[in-house]
Amino acid sequence: MIRPIGLEDGPSTGDLPVVIQARGLTRYFGSRCAVDSLSFDVPRGSVFAFIGRNGAGKTTTIRMILGLLEPTRGSSTILGYDSAALPAKARARIGYMAEGHPVYAWMRVGQYAGFQRGFYEKWNQPIFESVIDYFAVSPRTKAGHLSHGQRAGLHLAMTLAIEPELLMLDDPATGLDPSARRSLLEAMIHFTRNRERTIFFSTHLLDDVERVADHVAVLDYSVLRVCCSADTFRERVRRLVARFPGEPPRKLPAIPGLLRATRTENELSLVVANLNSRTERDLQSIGALDVDEQPISLEDALIAHVGRQGDKSFFLNPA
Amino acid sequence: MVNQVASFHLNITTGSGTPIYRQIVEQVRLAVATGDLLPGQAMPSVRSESDRLLVNVNTVVKAYAELVRDGVLESHHGKGFFVAEKRQVYSKAERMRRLQLAVESFVHEAVFLDFNPDQIRKAVNEKLAALDLEPQPAGEKS
Repeated sequence: MIRPIGLEDGPSTGDLPVVIQARGLTRYFGSRCAVDSLSFDVPRGSVFAFIGRNGAGKTTTIRMILGLLEPTRGSSTILGYDSAALPAKARARIGYMAEGHPVYAWMRVGQYAGFQRGFYEKWNQPIFESVIDYFAVSPRTKAGHLSHGQRAGLHLAMTLAIEPELLMLDDPATGLDPSARRSLLEAMIHFTRNRERTIFFSTHLLDDVERVADHVAVLDYSVLRVCCSADTFRERVRRLVARFPGEPPRKLPAIPGLLRATRTENELSLVVANLNSRTERDLQSIGALDVDEQPISLEDALIAHVGRQGDKSFFLNPA
Repeated sequence: MVNQVASFHLNITTGSGTPIYRQIVEQVRLAVATGDLLPGQAMPSVRSESDRLLVNVNTVVKAYAELVRDGVLESHHGKGFFVAEKRQVYSKAERMRRLQLAVESFVHEAVFLDFNPDQIRKAVNEKLAALDLEPQPAGEKS
């Protein structure tokens, strides 16, 4: 088990209720829009899942928030500071794990500790050692010889050893074997034992989201489709199954909040946001024999929000 | 009061139509109903369940809070969560009716097996003695 982290944390500057705030954040690469007018808040103490397919704009967003990439338009703040002018002192309170966990192949794991600590005010060597041990990495191994999961472990160790109050994890779990992925989730749960700490992580692994996240944001084709608490999201997205005497009609009435419709021989299955009593009547008016509400998994509810068709932005209330 | 930590284990699955907090609530209710969890037993702490199940602490907090609200668990401040004493949910008349039903089917079965009244009384008394029940609360004596 990883040691309790940060029991001896000094006073954290600022107790803002919001640790990240994006307003109209936009980025073009040439004529291609990578991120389109993103506005959202990340509450302090939350585990915030930033969900989207490859190429949806997740990494671009994270890099802009960290001040590593300039937005074309819009702005963001992190820990209360403008991302574009983040002082080193604030940066030292943020643990950033970059996508893909790149390493210098020639450097030994133990040397990484000396390398990283040079950049940070705080360095907790016991945390570094316990995390790499947790991922079964020896300090004498050359980084180039590590497995993907072990490289993730090395990055996590470097990130946690600076005792950050905010973790920014860019797609931390992709490509990890089940045991490394489990270790990562354990570390994330452990980290948030201190309720003042926040995790912002991008992912497309929805099992992990269901386990650890309490806030979800969905980015699809550069646009934010969902941003709310995980509970709110689950309560509001529902699945209706309507049974018809024959083939369901091809043409549907305008159903507010319709995310996805699939049809079988005599059934129409609808995923609807903000279900209201009118929806059932609408379906009966086009000949449905009966309409049943069925449970929907978080995964299905999230997947219903990605894809080109339909009006899909419903839950954009910050927090 | 039984004061050991419950040996019963929660199991959750992801990707189902039932949210994780609801899976926890339902499993605890079932365990209490079937006697796998007994009144007074200590529940595993929120943190240890969060670590073991690999889920956000708040998910376990939410489930336990709902179980407390419904009278299944009790929160003893600073000590954690315990299985609550079963509260009687039926009226006196309804309890009588249910007892009559149980007695009827039991007596019929015993008579059918050719036992005489003394043998049946003896068997019932032995069973009651083995259960080691607490004395009846005042006002419930016949």
